[in-house]
Amino acid sequence: MLLIQCPYCGERPEPEFVYGGQAHIARPQPSAELSDQEWTNFLYRRNNTRGAHAERWRHTHGCGRFFNALRDTTTDHFLATYKLSEPPPRPPAESAE
Amino acid sequence: MRDLTQARRGPLLKPGALVKTLPPATRFILRGGPAVRAAAEQALALEVPASPCRAALDGERAALWLGPDEWLLLASEGSAASRAPALSAALQALPHSLVDISHRQIALAVEGPAAETLLAAGCPLDLDARAFPIGMCTRTVLGKAEIVLWRTGTEAFRIEVWRSFAGYLCAFLAEAAHGIG
Repeated sequence: MLLIQCPYCGERPEPEFVYGGQAHIARPQPSAELSDQEWTNFLYRRNNTRGAHAERWRHTHGCGRFFNALRDTTTDHFLATYKLSEPPPRPPAESAE
Repeated sequence: MRDLTQARRGPLLKPGALVKTLPPATRFILRGGPAVRAAAEQALALEVPASPCRAALDGERAALWLGPDEWLLLASEGSAASRAPALSAALQALPHSLVDISHRQIALAVEGPAAETLLAAGCPLDLDARAFPIGMCTRTVLGKAEIVLWRTGTEAFRIEVWRSFAGYLCAFLAEAAHGIG
């Protein structure tokens, strides 16, 4: 079974986790002055990375906390997991807008 | 409560594993930061674990770590009711959440030399005593239901499960027990 390192609980089986989409998406400021295109990009447009991808996961059936993970999308290998407040261990490839 | 009919049908007894419903208990979910944890510890005169996935037991009362800011407080019914106002008062000045969930879930005990094997039928965790020692507790899954699993002894586990899942869980364990009988 795929084991995922939860930053709070340690190594746990994958069925306890839920995928939460791409990580490090900041709401553009000032949001009142955004164009429709900028809103679209913020709300809907996501990377479709081949390789290391920074993404959110939630340990739903465990501590319940969100955390970030760096996962290789071609091998499903977790390169690292880290807390939301922490910067990614290394810049995720191709994540720049 | 129709969903509890099966859970109340009586203990499931197999050579090696006994599953029984435990008597009603008082349960609280406490959420808050380190200051809340310290204040609760003082008000309850009970250790509230700071280390992940650990439970502290003191007689009939227990505090289980569920998350970095979440604890499950257990006590036998009645004994803890008088302490809740004291705890609430002690936490008044701190941002926190203290919710009575006594009737949301019920407790099952799984005991016997085959307890680990029985639970492994539906729980993806490594339940070996080296990986899941006495005093370890965690939210996890058993079959399709979410549970809180707590190892209370070498061959004893306590399961806290939402009431509406109890019937399913007992049926699941009865089915799994065929394999070890």
